[in-house]
Amino acid sequence: MTPALETHGLGRRYGSKWALRDCTLEIPRGSVTALVGPNGAGKTTLLRLAVGLARPSAGTVRVLGLEPRADAAELLPRIGFVAQEHPLFGSFTVAEMLRTGSKLNPTWDDEAARRRIAELDLPLDQKVKSLSGGQRAQVALTLALAKRPELLLLDEPVASLDPLARLEFLQSVLEVVSDGELTVVLSSHIVADLERVCDHLVILSVGRTQLAGSIEEILASHRLLTGPRDEAADVARTHEVLRESHVERQTTLLVRGGAHVYDSRWTVHELGLEEIVLAYLGQGSGRRRETVAS
Amino acid sequence: MSLIEFHLDSRSGVPTYLQLVQQVRHAVQLGILKPGDQLPTVKEVVTALTINPNTVLKAYGALEAEGLVEGRRGQGTFVASGAPAPVVDDPGAIRAALRRWLERARAAGFGDDAIAALVAEELRDESRRVA
Repeated sequence: MTPALETHGLGRRYGSKWALRDCTLEIPRGSVTALVGPNGAGKTTLLRLAVGLARPSAGTVRVLGLEPRADAAELLPRIGFVAQEHPLFGSFTVAEMLRTGSKLNPTWDDEAARRRIAELDLPLDQKVKSLSGGQRAQVALTLALAKRPELLLLDEPVASLDPLARLEFLQSVLEVVSDGELTVVLSSHIVADLERVCDHLVILSVGRTQLAGSIEEILASHRLLTGPRDEAADVARTHEVLRESHVERQTTLLVRGGAHVYDSRWTVHELGLEEIVLAYLGQGSGRRRETVAS
Repeated sequence: MSLIEFHLDSRSGVPTYLQLVQQVRHAVQLGILKPGDQLPTVKEVVTALTINPNTVLKAYGALEAEGLVEGRRGQGTFVASGAPAPVVDDPGAIRAALRRWLERARAAGFGDDAIAALVAEELRDESRRVA
């Protein structure tokens, strides 16, 4: 089956500045993928290219095997997109919002949408602008899901939510995923929760892909090594070093893949996803070789 | 209502799917789950823990591969009829073996932290072999 999202050397330039550059990745169907990176990393640009709101300046993007702009009529009914800040018509009531959705979308499942709204205890007659942030996010999600999309794209869906609303929102998304064949791509600059919620990860930084793959493989292929300082160069020859720090007699290396270190003077530590993400983000911003003075 | 409820220890360093596997094994060993009993559905686990459905599927797949549970199409996952019966005296024997091992570790100069690290590392290695 074709991937849910596939890019090759994808780039988008605004004036002389590249918002996204040389992005090559493949997101499998049925996965829940986190798009991680600091503000300005190109996450929104990538999602906008995927739904055809922006045209590539370089490279290609294919969504569900189709080209977002050329095949828009065929593709758009099959993807749900919730933009940052969950844009809705503030002066509309929840019921009016649903009616609008049903008129604009040929594949609209009105019964499912109303059931969700009822389950979430959202008042149908209340104006959208008077809802809490968490409720607005749920309305936006309901509208996106009522299209019965194969691919759901969420741009920073939980950034503006309090911890409880964040949990409830992610819970809603995951419940739909467990019901069937939905692929989810969500961008976030908050790394907490992602290890539990997602199974794939893409790290973007300064407009480039730093890392893309399954979270399980990413966790298995990164290690923290601590050992004698005078031997650090030997280890660096067999590993890709992402971050290193030195004190007088000891060196700590954050490495990717590579061979085993058999020397018993080196200690190997497992890493959490957050530590790995931070190492890549630090690398992107040019702080790759940080040395702690002894 | 589910027969058992899963809990996650986010600080244990043990992968989420393996925590689910261990909790089912434990419940079967203690006789909390008996052959024919239904495990919580994927959706129930997803709702209760806010975790990725694929993680639950992976855990149930691993349990099925070791013959402890069986998936029934369209119905859910059940404890297999051939699942080992709860062993009443075994935990005592395992504990005694652990005590002997601890004495050896102490004799070799291992402190609490080093022992905890060793156990955690072994569990992780095991999880990788299972995977």
